[in-house]
Order: sequence, then C-alpha cells, then structure tokens
Amino acid sequence: MVRCFLIHTVCPVSALSAGESRLLFSRVFGPDEGVLTEQHRGLGPEERRVLRREKTAVVARQVRSAVSLSREASGRPPVEAVPGEEALALQEAGSGAVRLRAGDPFPEEMSALWLAVQSLGFTLVCEPHENLPLAEGTLRNLTRHCLEHLHMLGPGSEVLLRSDRVDALLSRLLPHGQLLFLNHRFAQSLEKEVAAYMAK
Amino acid sequence: MYSHGSESLIKQARDIQEAELKKFYRRLAKLLQGKELGHEAMDSLQRLHLILSATKFTRTLPAELQKGLLPLLSSPVEQLQLLSSAVLRETLPLSGEELNYTQEDVLQLNSHTAALLLSQAGSRADLSSLCAQLLRSLESRQSDGPTHSLMQTLPILNTIITHSPECLTEDHLTLLSKKIVDWLRYASITQGGGASSGGFFTGPRSRQPVPTAELDGTVSGDFFTVLCVGQGFTDDQWMNVYSFSMLRHWLLTYHSVPSGSTIADADDRSEVDGSVVSMVSATSSSSRLLPPKERLREKAFQYCLRLIEQSDRKALKRTDTELQKACLVEAVCILDCVCVEDTSLVYRTFPCVKALFGRLSSDLTFARVLLPIAQFYLNHGEMAAVDCESVWKLVFGRFPAELFNSPFLAHELLRFLRLNLESLQLRVPEYTRSFPNLLKFLAWDSPAVVDDFVDLLPSLVTAETAVELLHTMLDLPCLSATLLLQLRSTCSPISEPGGRGLLSLDAFRSASLRGLFLYLLRTEAGSGDTIDRLSTLHELLAEAADWPRVVQCAQTVPVLLHIFFSAVVMIADEKLSAHLILVMLERSSLLLNIPTYIKEIHRVFSCHLLRLCKLRPSLVVDQSHELLEFAGTTANVYSKDEIYTHVVWALGEYLSVSSDSRCSVRLITSCFEALEAVLFEITSSAPPPGAACPVPRVITTLMSALAKLASRSHDLIPRVSLFLSKLRTVTRGGSVAWCTDEEDLVAIVMRGEELWSLLKTPGVAQSVLTPPPHVTTPQWHRDTNLSMPLQLRTLTSLTHTQ
Repeated sequence: MVRCFLIHTVCPVSALSAGESRLLFSRVFGPDEGVLTEQHRGLGPEERRVLRREKTAVVARQVRSAVSLSREASGRPPVEAVPGEEALALQEAGSGAVRLRAGDPFPEEMSALWLAVQSLGFTLVCEPHENLPLAEGTLRNLTRHCLEHLHMLGPGSEVLLRSDRVDALLSRLLPHGQLLFLNHRFAQSLEKEVAAYMAK
Repeated sequence: MYSHGSESLIKQARDIQEAELKKFYRRLAKLLQGKELGHEAMDSLQRLHLILSATKFTRTLPAELQKGLLPLLSSPVEQLQLLSSAVLRETLPLSGEELNYTQEDVLQLNSHTAALLLSQAGSRADLSSLCAQLLRSLESRQSDGPTHSLMQTLPILNTIITHSPECLTEDHLTLLSKKIVDWLRYASITQGGGASSGGFFTGPRSRQPVPTAELDGTVSGDFFTVLCVGQGFTDDQWMNVYSFSMLRHWLLTYHSVPSGSTIADADDRSEVDGSVVSMVSATSSSSRLLPPKERLREKAFQYCLRLIEQSDRKALKRTDTELQKACLVEAVCILDCVCVEDTSLVYRTFPCVKALFGRLSSDLTFARVLLPIAQFYLNHGEMAAVDCESVWKLVFGRFPAELFNSPFLAHELLRFLRLNLESLQLRVPEYTRSFPNLLKFLAWDSPAVVDDFVDLLPSLVTAETAVELLHTMLDLPCLSATLLLQLRSTCSPISEPGGRGLLSLDAFRSASLRGLFLYLLRTEAGSGDTIDRLSTLHELLAEAADWPRVVQCAQTVPVLLHIFFSAVVMIADEKLSAHLILVMLERSSLLLNIPTYIKEIHRVFSCHLLRLCKLRPSLVVDQSHELLEFAGTTANVYSKDEIYTHVVWALGEYLSVSSDSRCSVRLITSCFEALEAVLFEITSSAPPPGAACPVPRVITTLMSALAKLASRSHDLIPRVSLFLSKLRTVTRGGSVAWCTDEEDLVAIVMRGEELWSLLKTPGVAQSVLTPPPHVTTPQWHRDTNLSMPLQLRTLTSLTHTQ
C-alpha cells in the first residue's frame, strides 16, 4: 500500500529555514496507525493528527534534502518549462528513492519515491514489499495529471485552491493507496472520468 | 511553479484571525443550508479546506457547520462529497456525531465517505465493523448495483488489513478467497461496454460479443488478465484488475507459513492436509476439490504463469511495455510467495522462471525484473538443485558495473542485499568478493545509498580482503571521478571542439595510463590490495577534487571508515592489525587532494590507530621500526599533526616491558633519541617556509612521551630534564618563533615544569608515567584479592532474610 502522497517544495522558501519544505498537498491513506499500536494508544485524535502532520513534514524534508543533493551532483542547469510543456518537464524531472528507516518516521521501514519538477517535489511513500516499478509508473502518471490539470507550470496556486482535483485523481488512480495494474485501456477509462470531473 | 502568491495564500490561511474565521464559518453554514449549492459554496469549502490544512494544529468547527457538512457526504455531486470528506478529515468530529459505522447505509458508501471513515477510525472494533459491512454488501449485492461501491471494496479492505489483519474473520477470508478466485480466473473474456464487431452499417442483430485482445493486438486465447485490452470493460474484468492489484499483499498476510501459532491439532491436521493437497495440486484439473485457500493459491499460480507468457508479446504502446515489466516483477514475487507456502510447487515453477531468466538476462532494461528472479533463485534454488551462478554473475557483476547510475535499481538491489544478508553470506561466496563493484553505487550517489552501506559494510569485511577493502574505500572519491570519466568518455567526442578538454579525460583514454583507471573499475577483489602508481593516479585526478559528485562521495568515506574499523577489529588477528596500522601510516600521505577529506581521514586514522594499539599493545613494539620512522620525520609534524600526535602518544604509552617483554632498553633509547631530535628541531627555529607553527599539542605530547620513556630507562632522565629547563629559560625571554599564541606557550611551559618536577623523583615518575597493569585495568571481581570481600558481602545479603 501507499502510505501517503505529498506535493511539496524542493526549492528554498524565504519564510522557512534552509532545509525545510512547504507542504502544498498531503494525503495520508488508510486508518491512523497510531490508533492500533501500543505506542500511541494514549493519544487523542488531535494529538494523532499533529503526529501525522509531523511525519509527513519529516518525509518532505528528507526528500528535499535528497533532491538538492542529487541536483548538486548532476550539475545540470534546471530546465524551466512553461505551461504547455508538461511532457518536457516530466522528461527532465529528476527521480530517485529515499530509504526511510524503521522509526524515522514510520514504525516500519518505507521507501519514498520522488519526482522533482523544478521547484516542486511529488513523493509517494510505499511499503518496501510494494511493486516499486509499478509505483514509479503511477507516480509519473499522477505527476503528469497534476501538472496538466492544475496548471502547475504556471504561476497560479491551483494546487492549494483546487486540492479537490488531486483528491479526485487519487480516488481513481490510487484508491485508498492501492497501486493498480492498469493497461492503457483501463487507464484511459479512468482518465476520462478524471477529465470529466476536472471540466466541472 | 511555487510562486510568491502560493506562499502568501498559505500565510493568510495560517494567520487568519479568530473573529474573521468565525464570520466565515457562519457564512458558510448559511450557504450550506440553501437548496442548490453553487460556485460560492464550492469556493468557500475550498477555502475552508485550505485554512484547516495549512496548520498542523487542529481547528474545531462549530457544531452547526459540521452538521451542515455531514449530509454533503452523500450528495449526488461528487465535488461536494470530496470537499466535505476532505474538510472533515482535517478536523475533529463532534462527540456523538461520529459517523455511525453500523447505521450508515453501506450500499451508498462512496469512496470519499469511506476515506473519512477510515481516517476517523478510533479502534480495531471500528475497522472490524467496517469490514463486516463491506463484506455483507458484497455478498448481498444485486448484479446491477452501483459499480463504484463494488470496485473500492478491495482497496478499502486492503488498507485495513495492512494495519489490522485480524479484522477479517475466518468466514470473511473464505468468502473473499472464493470471490477473488472467481474474479481472477473466471472474469468474462468478451469486451464489455457494448462493443461490437460490426461496422457502421451493421444492425443490432449482428452485434456479436467481441473477445478481448492481447497487448500486441491478437485475440486473447485464454482467461482474462490485467494484460488484456478491450474497448470497454465489464464489472468482473474491473474486479480482475483490483483483485490482482492486491493479490500479493493478500497472500503475504494470510498465506504465510504458520509459525506454530495454532493449536497442536490444527497444526497436525494442516500438515496432513497440506501433503494431500500438494499431491492434488500437481494435477490442476482436480482443483475444484481444494479448499478455498488452496484453490486461491492454485489460481494465483496459474494467473502468474499466464502473465509471464503474455509479457513476452510485443506491446503496441510504450506504457504497456512498462506495465509488462511491472507485471513480471509482481508475478515472480507471487510465485515466490506460493512456493514458500507450498514447496511442491517449486518443481512446477522453476522451469518457467528459469526460462524467463534466460529470456531477460542479456537485456539490461529488464534489470529490475531480474532482482525478484534472483530472490526466487536464492529462496528455492538449493531445493531445486539449480545452478545459480549466472544469476549472481549478473547481480554482482553486470548490474553494479553498468547500471550504477540508475537510482531505482541501486535502491532495489541494495535492499535485496540487506534483506538476504545472512543467506548471501552463507550460500553466495561471490558476495564478499564483489565489493569493488558494489561500492560503485556508493561512489556514484553517496547521499542516496550511504544508509544502505552503513548496514551492508560490516558483512563485506573479511580477514582476507580487509586490507584491499580499506584501500578501496580510501580511493572511493577516485572511483567516483573515474565513473564520471567513463560516462563522459562514452558520451562525448574524442576531441573536444575548442580544445577545452579535461586532462583527466585524456589520461583516461590514453593507452599507457588506462590501466590505473581499470584497476579502480575492477569488478572483483583478489587481484592485489592496491596499485604502485597510486600517486600518479591522484595527480591525474587532481582536477576532479571539486566535482560535486566527488565531493559528496568524499564526505561519506570517514563515516564508513569508522564502521569498517569497528567491524575489522572483531575479526583481525595480530598480523592483520599490524598490516592495517602500516596501511594507515602509508596512506596518510597518499590520498586524493580534497582539502577537508585529508583532514577527516587523518582524524579517523588517529582514532583507530589508537584503538588497535590499546587492544594489542604489543603491536607498538612489533611495528616499532615503522612507527619510529614515521615519528622521526619532522615534516610529519607539520603535514599530519593529528596522526603524528597519536603515533607519538602510542609510542610513549606502549613501548614498555609491561606491554611486550621483547621491549629492550636499546629500543627505548633509540625511540627516545628519534623523538628528542624532532622536538629539538621544532622548538629551536621557526617553522619551514609555507608551514604554520606546530600545533601545541604535538609539543606537549612529545614532551610527555619523552618523559614516559625516560621513566623506564632512568639514564635518559637527565637528558629530558636538561631539555625541559632549557625550554623554560628560552620561553622566559618572551615570544618564540615556533609558538605565536601566548596562552599556548604558557600551557607548554607549565606541562614542561610538571614533567620536570615529576622526573626529579624517578620512582614516583615511573609509577605515574608507566603504571602497572593492575592499576590501569582493574579486575574487581576477577581479582582474588578484591573478589573475596565482594563474595562474602553478596552471600550475606542473599542469605540474611532482612
């Protein structure tokens, strides 16, 4: 299962300190694991929410760090794609996987797959036994749809004001965190539904 | 992309004032009371979501607003369902208003309400009742019921069993096993959605059901799988996709071999059943007689074999080719799973997996598929008596050598190694010899994989290869540069237009120097610890010292060296320890010239040199010749002060009869003379041009060492005392050329005076400066003199009842 899907900054943000990342969209799937483990049994729903938020913040920070190190190492100048060039932006996007050790921040070990498009990172946190090639493909697909339907290559803030679109996308392509084996026909059918939603 | 506008929106949402917020809540609650909810309501809901999610602290909504939101969850407009679910997920439910799991009309349960229920679940009981509801609706479902609610059943169940597998009862498991079997194996093989084979002019009578097709366009000849396409799909074909998507997780959760958790009878019964069942499963025609669990296993097996066959077809679309690869990975993993559960299946599976390996092994684009195959070989190869050598050649040979720069392959391969460490160390001798190859992942992308190597490195440390491993690790930045050159050399033309070529690239391509680089690029250990012309290599790569990848690599080496030494100390004997000390001394001046790198390595060396000497003090006497050579070279004071200090300290501390009985007076004297000469030299004149003043700690360490040596051979005491008093006289005159800081000078002089007064009483000096072992390593309970009182006291406290 995918534990969460995040969209966050991977560029320096003036209001934040150097390594921090601003979360623009965060969706955690499934029940709160804190409810079912001994460790956090005593926490109320409010504290559990704070804990959940802090965990996603930790993931975002780790991915931000991985992205900036990866970009530094490759030494390639960043490609500035404009709206309409989503395919190019995706092609030029850096990608990688970060190993999240058990306890840091999830109780079990996880793999955080990331795709970095200019100043934003798209991250999928998967359980390690998950099919990572499938996860990578799903992440690329999700990113492409987000870039297109939320016009993310432009200066707008639709990802903040139209977050329901991302939720609609996730409910089709990654329902409750389930990765799906979709051939092009199944994917087309779901994407038609998504497009119909976006048109409203 | 991320604009100033977005940042200010978030700031506004976080900083919204209480009064304004209350006004907003009231307005929204009023809007929601209206019959038709238009754009204003939608936008307000969006804004509410942003306000709630912008901060990590939870805001509680007023009761009236919450009451207005709940009905939206079942609104016919999806956007309202979505927005209300998203908003409610970000806030706390009113007590008493929590969604009632039993009363909710589950047939109407849409995906977004389900998401809310899941996120608000407060206990296992909540999840169990949700499960029960879902399964009840699954069982009693009308055939023309809403499709969406059916399709999300499996994903919801899958997420629940990830956290709480006990939520499903035995009956549930049986029901689901049966349903999944139906969906996987018996989904319809005709296209759904009213597709017909007729053209424009054909009438309704000629509407024949069209069979589904394979990815290469040919008509499907066997049962439906995720790799079949059609114009439209039927419900059970969709369920085929959802079932397969969760199949591996299901098998891992409920089909893993029981570890003695059930009652003894059940265990025996299942063992007997198991053996009967495996005979039966060998002939798939009688699979109808199998219990649901075993039947699911058999169908999963068949599905995977079919996927493997289907993946051999050339897909017409690129995304489908990628899907085929993902399906192969999944299929092999599921086969591995079922073979672990029922080992008799191994004989049916291996020919297929072996054929797949043969098909894919020469194509590096399938590397990520070959890793699960390697796992299969590792788990079952021994049982099937199959030769796995070609698999390991690939995993430890070609993959690191040619695919070191694929981040996902690196991640998966290193994870494979970590998970199977014990197995690999036992059964695959190539593993420990392959470190020159495996370290290429680290040399290329240190930050991403250093964490994996922290776990893997100890297993790569063996007595035979430790020295070569040390050399390899010290030259990791050179390997990093070489890999860059290797890639550059294949990409760029032979002669750069404009002549702005890299010196190192030319060297890499030149026939005479290529051998140096090829040594670094070797795939296996065992062909020599290092090369003679290492300094030449360093010179050629000097310009690489500021390449980002090389710098990142250099930053991880010290950490891994610590791990290396901690591991090697456990297995090193006297001879190996001595060899390691010599390597450290030698390599301290033979490193790629990256400024902080050399300093850090020296620090690591100092620490571990000392550690080795502490563990085996006789090493100092053993290697005294080399250590003295190092300590007697004045230049080392300036260029390697950290190591120098520690070598001198070690000599002072351990060159004594109590460490090793072979330590002679002559040895002590020659050591003394060597150190004395250096101390004279550095305190009699200004440092050589270009060098800074010697670090004060070097001087005090030298003085202490000389004093220690003198305390063991009393004829040397007058010489030390003379030097120390001369030092006092010289420094009384004011500043000196070899020490610019007044405080440091005072400290040095004070130490000199302390040693001088100590040496006035040789007997005391000897006990202080060369304490006998029973003082430095107290034995306590092991010492008969001390242990008796302790024993008596223990017995007393045990036997006396108060």
